[in-house]
Amino acid sequence: MNKLERDLINNLQGGFPICTHPFQVLADRLGYHEETIIDGVKKLISDGYVSRFGPLYNTERLGGAVTLAAIAVPLDRFDEVAEQVNAFDEVAHNYAREDALNMWFVILAEDEKNLQHVITRIENATGLRVLSFPKEREYFLELHLEVPDQ
Amino acid sequence: MELSELQHRLIKRLRDGLPIGKRPYANIANDLGTTEETVIETLEQLIAHKVINRFGMIIRHRALGYQANAMCVFDIGDDAAPDIGKAMATLPYVTLCYRRERVAGVWPYNLYCMIHGRDRLTVRAQIRHLIARLELHDAPHKVLFSKQCFTQRAGKYGAPTASASLSASGAASTQTIPFPIKSGKYHEQA
Repeated sequence: MNKLERDLINNLQGGFPICTHPFQVLADRLGYHEETIIDGVKKLISDGYVSRFGPLYNTERLGGAVTLAAIAVPLDRFDEVAEQVNAFDEVAHNYAREDALNMWFVILAEDEKNLQHVITRIENATGLRVLSFPKEREYFLELHLEVPDQ
Repeated sequence: MELSELQHRLIKRLRDGLPIGKRPYANIANDLGTTEETVIETLEQLIAHKVINRFGMIIRHRALGYQANAMCVFDIGDDAAPDIGKAMATLPYVTLCYRRERVAGVWPYNLYCMIHGRDRLTVRAQIRHLIARLELHDAPHKVLFSKQCFTQRAGKYGAPTASASLSASGAASTQTIPFPIKSGKYHEQA
């Protein structure tokens, strides 16, 4: 990863300027040409380092409901259940983790009623209990990973 | 807050991301049949009202070499949890920190934090540091490393927090993934 890419990753994970020429503002701040910044961001996206460029919404403020859910999946059914769970549009960030509760994912729904409905549908589809751990409080938001100089 | 019709349309338009070019907001304004100035004002309102938590690049941490991802869960007394949660969130290697409801008889843990690191050895050392620093030796806890990630995309309504979310974040971020991750076939990772 070159210096431009590191500078972009370390400076663009939040606080993107909201103004007529935001990439020019960044270019001035970081000491590059506007085109260099634009091309660099496009390359980070096409190279797969960046999954998306834009806003991170607060689902609750949008009126949506969100929870962290987990299932204890029998190992011999893991692939099958992963497929069943991932088939739901409301499921995001599904991770296999090392625990008896070995499948963890986020469910995002339009509202609380729909969220409960999705949980029930996942339980019906998989025949497994879905545990739900709704958020009570968030202490930190930024997922900010620094890329050190090589 | 009640969202206006324009705010709704802008939120929807930006789910796929900002057009990358010299005048991204003018480009969006054109799509929405409004002015660049209005788009900028509306975005500022959404940020001020915390409908938008963060605006920028959502990075794919695994692609950057952050191969180890641990979700640490603690059972902390309800009175102490807020202070410990706040302190935990200030540790440099903690990327997300939440208090969540317990599930009686099954899951006593109420404080969650995510640690992303280049390898498990590093992450384990960070967890030892966290426990020593916050004096959590006596608090029941578990460390759940991730083995695979099968979807980092976000849900339809989503906005959780960076893939990483990511992960067990439970935060809210919409992520559309350029290369195929979705569906049952997942990748063995780390």
